[in-house]
Amino acid sequence: MELYRLGIAEARAAIDKGETSPMELTAALYKRIESLDDTIRSFVTLDKGNAMLRAEQTRPDSRHQLAGIPLAVKDNICTEGVRTTCSSKILENFVPPYESTVTKNLKEQGYVLIGKTNLDEFAMGSSTENSAFATTRNSWDITRVPGGSSGGSAAAVAADMCIAALGSDTGGSIRQPASFCGVVGLKPTYGRVSRYGLVAFASSLDQIGPITKNVQDSAILLNAISGHDPFDSTSADVAVPDFTSAIGKDIKGLKLGVPKEYFIEGMDKEVEEAVKQAIRKLESLGAVPVPISLPHTEYAVAAYYILATSEASSNLARYDGVKYGLRVEGKDLLDMYMNTREAGFGPEVKRRIILGTYALSSGYYDAYYKKAQQVRTLIKRDFEKAFETVDAIVTPTAPNPAFKIGEKTDDPLQMYLADIFTISVNLAGVPGISVPCGFTSQNLPVGLQIIGRHFDEEAVLKIAYAYEQATEWHMRRPEF
Amino acid sequence: MQYEAVIGLEIHAQLLTESKMFCGCPTKFGSEPNTQTCPVCIGMPGVLPVMNRKAIEYVIRTGIALNCGIAPHSRFARKNYFYPDLPKGYQISQYELPLCERGFVEITVSGDTRRIGLTRIHLEEDAGKNIHEGAGNESFVDLNRAGTPLMEIVSEPDIRSPQEAAEFVKKLRTVVRYIGVCDGNMEEGSLRCDANVSVRPAGQTELGTKTEIKNMNSFRFIEKALDYEIRRQIKMLKEGDRVIQETRLWDPNRGVTESMRSKEEAHDYRYFPDPDLMPVEVEQSWIDEITAGMVELPDVTRHRFIEKYSLSGDDADFIVSERVTAAWFEEAVNHGGDPKNVINWIKGDLMKLLNEDNRQIEGCLLTPRHLVGMLGLLDKGTISGKIAKTVFEEMYKTGKDAEAIVKEKGLVQMSDETGIEAIVDEVLSKSPQEVERFRAGDAKLMGFFVGQIMKLTKGKANPKIVNELLKKKLLG
Repeated sequence: MELYRLGIAEARAAIDKGETSPMELTAALYKRIESLDDTIRSFVTLDKGNAMLRAEQTRPDSRHQLAGIPLAVKDNICTEGVRTTCSSKILENFVPPYESTVTKNLKEQGYVLIGKTNLDEFAMGSSTENSAFATTRNSWDITRVPGGSSGGSAAAVAADMCIAALGSDTGGSIRQPASFCGVVGLKPTYGRVSRYGLVAFASSLDQIGPITKNVQDSAILLNAISGHDPFDSTSADVAVPDFTSAIGKDIKGLKLGVPKEYFIEGMDKEVEEAVKQAIRKLESLGAVPVPISLPHTEYAVAAYYILATSEASSNLARYDGVKYGLRVEGKDLLDMYMNTREAGFGPEVKRRIILGTYALSSGYYDAYYKKAQQVRTLIKRDFEKAFETVDAIVTPTAPNPAFKIGEKTDDPLQMYLADIFTISVNLAGVPGISVPCGFTSQNLPVGLQIIGRHFDEEAVLKIAYAYEQATEWHMRRPEF
Repeated sequence: MQYEAVIGLEIHAQLLTESKMFCGCPTKFGSEPNTQTCPVCIGMPGVLPVMNRKAIEYVIRTGIALNCGIAPHSRFARKNYFYPDLPKGYQISQYELPLCERGFVEITVSGDTRRIGLTRIHLEEDAGKNIHEGAGNESFVDLNRAGTPLMEIVSEPDIRSPQEAAEFVKKLRTVVRYIGVCDGNMEEGSLRCDANVSVRPAGQTELGTKTEIKNMNSFRFIEKALDYEIRRQIKMLKEGDRVIQETRLWDPNRGVTESMRSKEEAHDYRYFPDPDLMPVEVEQSWIDEITAGMVELPDVTRHRFIEKYSLSGDDADFIVSERVTAAWFEEAVNHGGDPKNVINWIKGDLMKLLNEDNRQIEGCLLTPRHLVGMLGLLDKGTISGKIAKTVFEEMYKTGKDAEAIVKEKGLVQMSDETGIEAIVDEVLSKSPQEVERFRAGDAKLMGFFVGQIMKLTKGKANPKIVNELLKKKLLG
């Protein structure tokens, strides 16, 4: 097998057995990137020199799982000394003087940073078309989007341009592109992984997670990035289990909630069929499907677009041309602010800043922000109530397979609905994973979403792994 | 028509924590620009705030000292506005749920004691500073101060005169210094005061239109600025004008308040709970712990000093205005000093010497024990009152005790009557004209004789004996 095809566990084994070296692996991936990424456009920044150096410096006696393993990192996660752009003109030349906690942890394990991946500007979008630099393409069909906002990471994993990657998920930005690209994407429980160094979009929803070629790798990468961080007050001080030991156990008797609100009019028939098929597969493995209701689901998208944009309008205020990033001079201070933000932000970011600013305005706060918070509480309760009777919830990850580039760019509302099945999970703060569960007649991947209780990534991974091992979807690769 | 002023104050006090509110940077004043900064207080992308627990403790301590209720559950909110000295584009502050609410402070003006209500005390981060100096029309930003913990104390509109306002700020300053949460330095801006002022016809309950006054960085300016503003508003009303709600800046050079902004008055700060910070939960046990560790508050000390040491109200006010002074006083009394004598020495000679050197009582070489030792020598008649002043100054300069100084400099008082009598005789025999004039009724000349004797004895002659002998010899 080609080296670039390897996942984390396989690469580890190959290195440990002396079948390959971190340098050889890194070189193979760079060769792959050099031949493919002009087409796919996964990466915003590559630094082959440093990556090769890091690979060379891998300590042969290291016992860390990720020592010498080349990983890609979404370009909204700060990496010391390596440009971090958020795919925005306003941060086009921003080089962080500090390291995010997740990449610090990866560094301590000796990972090799292969490159920084493309995203919708500031993680705002569902197709990676909102990048200021390039539109990433879906490696299953390059006329289609890879999903978003972690489209660069998902496409890079799918096209074997890295061993695995980190993404971030605010309303589905890990799971939806994983679904579109036929890979595994996990959004951990809010608070499981430190957000320190993740450029904030919506602080109460953002969470970093792994995008991998299989479920075992997801567990390995989650092990490396989880845990309380004194630099992030919202990271939870709870014990971190060894997620790899959760997988491989049988799922007999586990109750799987199937919410009726996630099988709706207008969703893609083939997606619906693939997911129902997957549920039958899980049943055949001993799990027990239980019809449930999450009654406030229909309000999730509306509440999300108020809360996320409100927080974003404040989080993005720091890009004012004063301290770092782009500055466009003006005749006075206000003029400089306006020129800078006019030139620095793309249309979707501006749209969301305007929406959020409006929602927080005096006189509107109660009707929008406060009301949306109340809806969020109701959605949380929906899940709490469901989890009184079921061990996990299974749904489609997205209502459609990957759509055509340009198909939804003129209709923001249609674009927002791409996250209709993933948004509630962020609002509730619970963990969710997307695993490949089939292909459409056009050979486009479909994702199955498995949602767990707070801090019960173990159940999510266990079910995902059992399903994956019983099927062959994850073995398929796009033809490149 | 009579008018009444209605004043509410907002006090901003920088807390004396070693590090900033949400990062580990130091809070020292006066360092080179932007040397006390890190990615967090510069507002770099992706950084997160972490609460400084000490700052929260200091606010709770203040809340307890000012009779407030301490909220078991409070939270931080974002106050959004653009300004170069505000690196994140929002200030982390408290809005709906402050740490402390509903307290009061008692102040006394011209013998009249009044209770001024406190609406709330909350915690926030300070902004940096814009610098508009140097060549060209460039401006600079110094973020050393950005993120320094700042406590905001908001009073009810209970204050009725500029004197009361100044007294209120003095009182708060004393308290925050007592409990060690703020150094109260108004010049450096670690204690700042803004006022909301309106006037209304006496007897009317409805409030008039208020203005907000800023930049009053001393007690004197608080009085002057408010006095000016009240007169200005009354004049407007009398002339049939309307007061405009606006922010006005006190200009100490011209002695006037000036409109600062009215155009941008309609600020919408879009407050919302900061999602980066967890709610602040204050357990009763923590409040109890802080209460237990609390120093005696100035009002209590004042009351105790009046009761225990029979001090006058004015003396008590003076001695408790600074905690170190009160402690110095009490130590002296505990070593056997007479309270009234001790106060007089502190108020007079000690304050004079400290002021001349621009120093504080802290670190003063002259200790309470030294003073008491000197008072003992004075009582025994070993030294005269006049000599005592010399000894006191010497103790202040050298930190030596009174006895050593007296011995070293030969300052022991001459109380031997025969010896003094010889000198008295000498002086009288040298000044026959003066003796004649004195006997003819010029009583003022007594001072001349005493002066001559003191000159000859280098001030050491016991003044009591000198007086007695002179009277005997002249009027005999």
